[in-house]
Amino acid sequence: MANPAEHRRRLGLIVNPLAGIGGRVGLKGSDGTTIVARALALGAVPSAEQRAAQTLAALCDLADAVVLGTYPAEMGARTARACGFEPALLGSIVSGRTTADDTRRAASDLHRWGAELLLFAGGDGTARDVAAATGMALPVIGIPAGVKIHSSVFAVTPRRAAEVVRGFVAGRSRLEEREVLDVDEDLFRSGVVAPRLFGCLPVPCVHDLVQRAKAGSRSDPSTTRGVALGVLEEMERDPEALYILGPGSTVKAVGDQLGLETTLLGVDLVQGGRLLGRDLSEAQLLEAIDRHRARIVVTAIGGQGHVFGRGNQQLSPRLIRQVGRDNILVIATLDKLHALEGPLRVDTGDPDCDQLLEGYVRVITGPRDQVVWRVVA
Amino acid sequence: MVKTFEPGVEAERMTRYGEIDTGYRAPRWHETTLYEQSRPGTVNQILPSIEPELAAETTGIVDTLPAAARRAVPPALPEVSEPEILRHYIRCSQMTFGYDSGSNVGVGTCTMKYSPRLNEEIARLPKLRDLHPLEPEAALQGVLELMYGLRNWLRELAGMDEVTFQPRGGGHGAYTDALMIRAHHRARNQNHRDEMITCAVSHPCNPAAAAAAGFRVISLYPDPVTGEIGIEALRAAISPRTAGIMVTAPYDTGVFDSKIAEYARLVHDAGGVVSLDQANFNGVMTRMRAGDLGADMVHFNLHKTFSTPHGSYGPGACAVAVKEGFVPFLPVPLLRFDGESYHLDHDLPLSIGKVGTFLGMVPNVVKAYAYVLAMGQDGLRAASEWAVINNNYLIRKLLEVRGLAISYPNRRKLQEARFTLRKLFEDTGVTTTDFNYRLADFGVATYFESHVPRIIDEPVTPEPTEGQSKRDLDRFIAAFHQISAEAYREPEIVKTAPHRCIVRREVHDYRSLTEVPFTWRVWRRMHGDGQPG
Repeated sequence: MANPAEHRRRLGLIVNPLAGIGGRVGLKGSDGTTIVARALALGAVPSAEQRAAQTLAALCDLADAVVLGTYPAEMGARTARACGFEPALLGSIVSGRTTADDTRRAASDLHRWGAELLLFAGGDGTARDVAAATGMALPVIGIPAGVKIHSSVFAVTPRRAAEVVRGFVAGRSRLEEREVLDVDEDLFRSGVVAPRLFGCLPVPCVHDLVQRAKAGSRSDPSTTRGVALGVLEEMERDPEALYILGPGSTVKAVGDQLGLETTLLGVDLVQGGRLLGRDLSEAQLLEAIDRHRARIVVTAIGGQGHVFGRGNQQLSPRLIRQVGRDNILVIATLDKLHALEGPLRVDTGDPDCDQLLEGYVRVITGPRDQVVWRVVA
Repeated sequence: MVKTFEPGVEAERMTRYGEIDTGYRAPRWHETTLYEQSRPGTVNQILPSIEPELAAETTGIVDTLPAAARRAVPPALPEVSEPEILRHYIRCSQMTFGYDSGSNVGVGTCTMKYSPRLNEEIARLPKLRDLHPLEPEAALQGVLELMYGLRNWLRELAGMDEVTFQPRGGGHGAYTDALMIRAHHRARNQNHRDEMITCAVSHPCNPAAAAAAGFRVISLYPDPVTGEIGIEALRAAISPRTAGIMVTAPYDTGVFDSKIAEYARLVHDAGGVVSLDQANFNGVMTRMRAGDLGADMVHFNLHKTFSTPHGSYGPGACAVAVKEGFVPFLPVPLLRFDGESYHLDHDLPLSIGKVGTFLGMVPNVVKAYAYVLAMGQDGLRAASEWAVINNNYLIRKLLEVRGLAISYPNRRKLQEARFTLRKLFEDTGVTTTDFNYRLADFGVATYFESHVPRIIDEPVTPEPTEGQSKRDLDRFIAAFHQISAEAYREPEIVKTAPHRCIVRREVHDYRSLTEVPFTWRVWRRMHGDGQPG
């Protein structure tokens, strides 16, 4: 039965119609009008709408229970109507010639309209545009439709995205900060993968606590705060060491727990509960740990599980060697590890260093809680 | 006679939800609680008036009680007649789906064996039933002899030296293990050993017991191909702080880790203790002994492998068996035999103390004794073989179900296996929970999905045991085929199931366990005075 209109939940939808267009034709991305033109010339067929439709089709029973707000034509309206939704239309576009700017405007408009959750179909570039527009103000879930999916704001498949929406609407979700990463496409095309961390977006994570537990699950360790408490335990065991805190929201939670103003995107240095340096470069870090025992705290960044070589290039092979493999504390929520459906990865750019890091490592997942996970280059 | 299902034919008949014939329809009574049925003035027995002599003796007797123990007002008991009470409980039992009302192929990791009625009768023999645990040892010799007899047999099956029946369930047994491991290290001044290794396909009580006993928990994950944890991963977990390893064998996935003996050696070399959880011993009973693999301790669940009833969270019973070196740490009292009589030894200075009251769950020990005595060694071996054969028949047939696959497909499974409905979910949006609710419409027990952490998506974990006939298995398999066909053709049927049960879908929309209403009173407070569902 339809709820009265004023009680209907507001969801936003953005389809980046050009997302993923460069993938099939080997262009390794779709950012920028020149590349899009080349991709189309090579015969690329846009598929982002189709991906978004897979998500919406799985949600068609909610058509009366929610209001879907979106941008016109190929940026969402067409897909929404095809899946049985009567969307509220915002903004305007030049159909066939959408740009990154349209994504940013759409995200801002939908936020102002009162969307509680934004679904967006795209890739890392789209996620970056959304993050630039609404940041931590609007919960999002990405429908994977791009060439590059380094960010951890995407559901594994469009169908999974629908389940996340369902959980969110039913109030069965908890927001987690997830990283937005993007590579420089020009470098990427010439073989250099150098993704940077561009920020974080709040993503609902769905838990069926009651259904999942046979006789009660372990005290929920799957929170970044729990992970941070686990790191603090390690710090208590070894209070003299210098702690190099890598980027990412999970590591940021360690700083928060210590009451320190650590950075989200940079690498910071901490000792004995004091912040010794913020946003340090490789050279500054090397100087700081010279003749002093140090430990590195890193998390798997993004959707592919990279511990080194994605968004944390300051943690160079030289620094890693100097600190030593045994002094690296890898941290992650269990949710994130499970979502990887595979090993953790390293890609430091130095094959010898990668080899040093390969094998099995302990990962701190909560207070008094660790798991052993495989690392591959 | 139960009708079997032809999936193709059945699929053709699917038109409206109301017209689907699953061969089952739960009896449904609009049964209110006895309190709601209460009518003031209704009495059961009209008692004769008290004789004057007795009245004279008892007048004022209530006044001898302390004021605090006396009721100011009579208890608010429901006023209903005896036939109404009887009818109420009969109806409640009719609306209950239990082990004895339909086949139970599905509830994996629980080893839902049939509990022979003879064993129930034996445990209820007056001489056993009327015993009191505070009677002197001399008066308890008979029951102690039974307990010692089962102790001897389990010792043999485990390859261990001593057994205790004190824990009341598997988790309690694992906790007893964890406490003994702690006591062992304390006795050797190894208090720094605070890390317990376990794995994600062990029973969750393994890490939980370790954590409750104060250990840090290091969990290993199975290799996606072999299903085993592997030597290399274990080496990464072992450290000078290692207290021990607590793992389940075979794993929750039905895979028996071929390297257990090697793990035991590595952990021993590092100064740790090896505890195996064989709550699900059924698939390997008489074929392997934990002691021979190098384990220091192992536990069996009598309410699983040894056929005593699970009892719906009622009395379980666990046997913990240990090697000689761990006997001093066992909980008290420890049952001893000096060649003539049995006695309860409370004098174990290094003991972890009491983990339960009196002798343990004695009726279950008696039932398990009767079970082993009736089966004999050959019978136990045959039971184990049939459990594995039944499971492998089930696996072969279930793998023909569209949308269903099995974890670790290259590995032979023992008494159970973990399947995945991921393909079905990706194709149709039907989850394993939807599927399971629909299964309830077929008059068979629903299946166990998975323990946490859920490393297999959309999991399904049945365990047929040796007690299910081929007809039972085929009915379960046919139901799977039909539900899969429904999911692909009319997923709404499955997503809105059950349709033929007493209750509709339970909605667990709780954000955390702290919001779960564990009592009726709390439920009313949370939901107002309306009826559930």
